[in-house]
Amino acid sequence: MTVHDKNAEAYWKANLRLIIGCLIVWALVSYGFGIILRPLLTSITVGGTDLGFWFAQQGSIITFIILIFFYSWKMNQLDKAYGLDEE
Amino acid sequence: MSQFAINMIFVCGSFALYIAIAIWARAGSTKEFYVAGGGVHPVMNGMATAADWMSAASFISMAGLISVGGYANSTYLMGWTGGYVLLAMLLAPYLRKFGKFTVPDFIGDRFYSSGARLVAVACLIIASVTYVIGQMTGAGVAFSRFLEVSSDAGLIIAAVIVFMYAVLGGMKGITYTQVAQYVVLIVAYTIPAVFISLQLTDTFLPPLGLFSDHVQSGVPLLQKLDEVVRELGFVDYTADVDNKLNMVLFTLSLMIGTAGLPHVIIRFFTVPKVADARWSAGWALVFIAILYLTAPAVASMARLNLMTTIFPDGPTADAIKYEDRPDWIKNWEKTGLIKHDDLNGDGRIQLYNHSPAFAETANERGWKGNELTVNNDILVLANPEIANLPGWVIGLIAAGGLAAALSTAAGLLLAISSAISHDLIKGSINPHITEKQELRYARISMAVAIIVATWLGMNPPGFAAQTVALAFGIAAASIFPALMMGIFSKRVNNKGAILGMLSGLVFTCVYIFLYLGWFFIPGTASFENVPANWMFGISPLSIGAVGAVINFLVAFGVSAVTEQPPKAIQDLVESVRFPRGAGTAIDH
Repeated sequence: MTVHDKNAEAYWKANLRLIIGCLIVWALVSYGFGIILRPLLTSITVGGTDLGFWFAQQGSIITFIILIFFYSWKMNQLDKAYGLDEE
Repeated sequence: MSQFAINMIFVCGSFALYIAIAIWARAGSTKEFYVAGGGVHPVMNGMATAADWMSAASFISMAGLISVGGYANSTYLMGWTGGYVLLAMLLAPYLRKFGKFTVPDFIGDRFYSSGARLVAVACLIIASVTYVIGQMTGAGVAFSRFLEVSSDAGLIIAAVIVFMYAVLGGMKGITYTQVAQYVVLIVAYTIPAVFISLQLTDTFLPPLGLFSDHVQSGVPLLQKLDEVVRELGFVDYTADVDNKLNMVLFTLSLMIGTAGLPHVIIRFFTVPKVADARWSAGWALVFIAILYLTAPAVASMARLNLMTTIFPDGPTADAIKYEDRPDWIKNWEKTGLIKHDDLNGDGRIQLYNHSPAFAETANERGWKGNELTVNNDILVLANPEIANLPGWVIGLIAAGGLAAALSTAAGLLLAISSAISHDLIKGSINPHITEKQELRYARISMAVAIIVATWLGMNPPGFAAQTVALAFGIAAASIFPALMMGIFSKRVNNKGAILGMLSGLVFTCVYIFLYLGWFFIPGTASFENVPANWMFGISPLSIGAVGAVINFLVAFGVSAVTEQPPKAIQDLVESVRFPRGAGTAIDH
């Protein structure tokens, strides 16, 4: 199988789309909710402080774990769907 | 039994366990000695990666910095976990498909140039030596308390032990030893945290305790902490920061530095399959997150406990008398890491923020300045003592702290020595040296690295986690962009990559050295390291992210005006993008 065919190109594009989607969430929970958007979240209180603080010290980390497992699961599906998985 | 004897039992017991596992595992396979993680299940590999990764910075130092900085230092939490997302999506699977073992190998091949390989080796060595300085700082703190000596003596003892540990070598490479180290480390970290969370908030899980009500006062823990520190002139623990640009850049530096540090990446080169490289990054983060989700709870609870110890009747009443001070203060005074200076001569310990804004209140209360200096790096180790936990918990945390510091420091020394002897001398300068000579160069470079790191560790450029953060900045600015462009761009050529890495590295190092001393030599800083002096308010800890942007821009710019990479290289880039045909990195 040549790596130049349309199939491989479509696989790579699908991978890039998936990465971009995941990285948007990655940036939103840490740089967004955790840092820049924190002033907007002050009205939502969590145990003596606000939601932004929770995202900075807990929520972002939990989201990162979910993101990696989601990406791995999705990529394994893509590998198979495009017939590019390891035998 | 004395506390010293209990500590000794825990520390020696845990080391005996690692050595026993090393001997048991070594008999089974000599190959694993060289290539960690080959043929190991992703869950095990994730646990071993977590042990590799969590060093004195994570274990000993980080919670102390969060404790003092509050919300502002959340950067360490997000930065040192978010990098794994980048690793899993942008680097690990492709480097695994590439199928060689070191970062200079990939950069040298992808950019078809021994020059690129040499620059990568230089970046790797500078980042790793800086990293070791931070580790030595942390190990010195742990040894000084554990052996009840001064912090400088602790540092020298730590250096000797790390050197022996690294020269014996190999132990680092055996995955099951690292799994054992992970277990010791995580148990040592979480048990005291659970005890303290139960004491303060009646909640079993520390990450939930952090947001629960404080049992004594009935108000939420963080609100209580804010009130206490405010009374003493400190900034609120949960207060937002003004300089968001710096906070964002600092977090970004740590994240991309994580994905650029060779001793972490190397583990993903050798998992059995490309798919496993992705899963391994996820499992590594799960095991790392157990510590990182607990750390902010440890930080806030320790701060509250410290304040309640010094002000037993509340922050508006009198502070504790010096002669009534608890044992843990006496113990840490021996190391020189806690100092008391009775400025107003009332025989009490006033701990507060001596700032202009608080001067009036301080004056009214007859205070003449802050009287207790507590080194941030002692907080995690002192935490069980502060909370009056039983002796075995204190012994456990000593064992955990030493495991964290020693394993990472020894691993980095091995990385430095192999970079010098294998990648630099054998790979570039003199390919004809014998294996025996190569080994001798490896030992010499290890000895030089530890001596330099120990000397600089006596007057470190910051607390352990801060020094380590500098190492991440350097890796972020130099190695990560080259790896990422090598995979995601077919257009970046040898000239672009070399100039990109050099400009990122030089820019970042110069900026750091300007504020923290040239080559970290004490007393040679060109400017005082205060926010007023920083360019655009960007601290030396955060500059790595800017260096990375410069690296990308220079690399793309230079490549755009020079020739395309050869066809064979473009095919190589194509091939790393697809898992099919990965083969095995090693046979097993």
